[in-house]
Amino acid sequence: MAEYIIETAKGKWEVVVGLEIHCQIISKSKIFSGASTEFGDEPNTNVSFVDAGMPGMLPTLNKECVHQAIKTGLGLNAKINKYSEFSRKNYFYADMPTDYQITQFRYPIVGEGNICVDLSDGSTKNIGIERMHIEQDAGKSIHDLSPTKSFIDLNRAGVGLMEIVTKPDFRSPEEAGAFLRKLRSILRYLGTCDGNMDEGSMRCDVNVSVRPYGSNEFRTRCEMKNVNSVKFVMQAIENEAKRHIEVYENGGTVEQETRQFDPSTGLTKVMRKKEFAHDYRYFPEPDLPPLILTDEYIDSVKNEMIELPDAKKQRFIEKLGLTAYDAMVLCENKEVADFFEKAAAGHDAKKVANWMMSDFFAMLNKKHLEISQSPVSAENLGALVELISKEVISGKIAKDVFEIMSETGENPEKIVEEKGLKQVTDTSAIEAIIEKVIADNPDNVAAYKNGKTNLAGWFVGQTLKLSQGKANPQIVNKLVKEKLDN
Amino acid sequence: MAIDNETVKRVAFLSRLKVEDDKIEPTKEEFNKILQWIEELNEINTDEVEPLISVNNVNLRMRNDEITTGNCREDILKNAPSAEYDYFAVPKVVE
Repeated sequence: MAEYIIETAKGKWEVVVGLEIHCQIISKSKIFSGASTEFGDEPNTNVSFVDAGMPGMLPTLNKECVHQAIKTGLGLNAKINKYSEFSRKNYFYADMPTDYQITQFRYPIVGEGNICVDLSDGSTKNIGIERMHIEQDAGKSIHDLSPTKSFIDLNRAGVGLMEIVTKPDFRSPEEAGAFLRKLRSILRYLGTCDGNMDEGSMRCDVNVSVRPYGSNEFRTRCEMKNVNSVKFVMQAIENEAKRHIEVYENGGTVEQETRQFDPSTGLTKVMRKKEFAHDYRYFPEPDLPPLILTDEYIDSVKNEMIELPDAKKQRFIEKLGLTAYDAMVLCENKEVADFFEKAAAGHDAKKVANWMMSDFFAMLNKKHLEISQSPVSAENLGALVELISKEVISGKIAKDVFEIMSETGENPEKIVEEKGLKQVTDTSAIEAIIEKVIADNPDNVAAYKNGKTNLAGWFVGQTLKLSQGKANPQIVNKLVKEKLDN
Repeated sequence: MAIDNETVKRVAFLSRLKVEDDKIEPTKEEFNKILQWIEELNEINTDEVEPLISVNNVNLRMRNDEITTGNCREDILKNAPSAEYDYFAVPKVVE
């Protein structure tokens, strides 16, 4: 991977980045209460007395959240801790009714792991996972409905979260972006988080520091909270690194602080200085005994694991002969990968991949459709490729057939039959057309015979045109040369 | 370990409790008494004793993932000092 070095008049710098990602767990009910997790309902309707922090209410852990966390941990190639415990993280904020968040502190449910990310130059890099713990989400504050008041909706309060903490392994904005995309892909494959950063179901805190290129030191880092898109995360890293370098090169020191990323400018500004940093005073959650998992249970979750994007990508390359790039693109989204496999079944997989990567995706883009809404079914795409492989139609005609398929959803055999698009491979029929072209264009024939041999291409083109694209191009090529050279 | 007046003020701030100036000294005394009592426990040798994780010596009970409550907004908002448009209304908090 090309190194990301920031060069100034005074020297070379390297960026050191770690990420903390909060991922909302997909479950019907909240992590410690029986209220619904539905997004977008009327305010304060999905709230139980537990979520509202009423005195005497006790949290009860949702089995499914534990199950989803273990699945995710396995997807991160991480160690599942058989012993974990819950703690209270104390802070005061209006959208946190209990004034503490139930989270995991010293003993998280998931330990060290790693994710392999794909970079634009085709290389890969392993990014270390430090840990992952489960906790409850806070409510939502709305600040823009009144000049003097904030409004609180507790529907989100108590929804289960997985907080994934990476090692400070990123050395460029691109690596961080690639990681987030890979993580989102894994979570969606597993069905443990929907990964929608714009809806806030996946939120990213970015820790950035810089150091002179080639050094191994770790300098003071700044944290940017809740950066809500992959693009913004990359932008935040780039600009925050520049800011640090400027401070150092002007003889200053970077202060440890929490900063806010402003998407409209791409810059960061101070949110909270270290001296005002929270003092969370963690202590063990007295309402919940430790979470103890058995080997049998962890093994049963292992048995549920499906093929994840990296393994699928490898299989597509090795077994189906796809290029690394095509395999990566097709595997990012499970629905796309499933569609491809269905379309490729029994047909030329590489050709099917080419069709998906070009005409098929272009069609979906143009029509603003998700793959699940595609008018062209996987079976029909496979059938179209089969018609080309069997030389029933030419590649050029196939594009026209595809156009019709994407309008009508009909199967390609029917379209080819009804419109009479079958390729002409009958040499005598093709010869007749070529003879006509030759007879109609004596000047060009003469020019060809006088050495302008590149005119052969022109004769091929005319012949194909006259055949309305149905003549087999290879046969036309061969016959045109034969006729002209006679 | 002994608590000083500054620590009392800091703990009060973190807990969002107002402690009047003339109460700081007595509060410090109280804190120190509690800490002294706890320090007495350190005199006991616990080398052979398993740490007590929870006083309820039970396994963590888990619930099934079912929606069992909700749609009780009126009850939820009943205790709110102020509620508007079905939200809790609080003094403006923007960090």
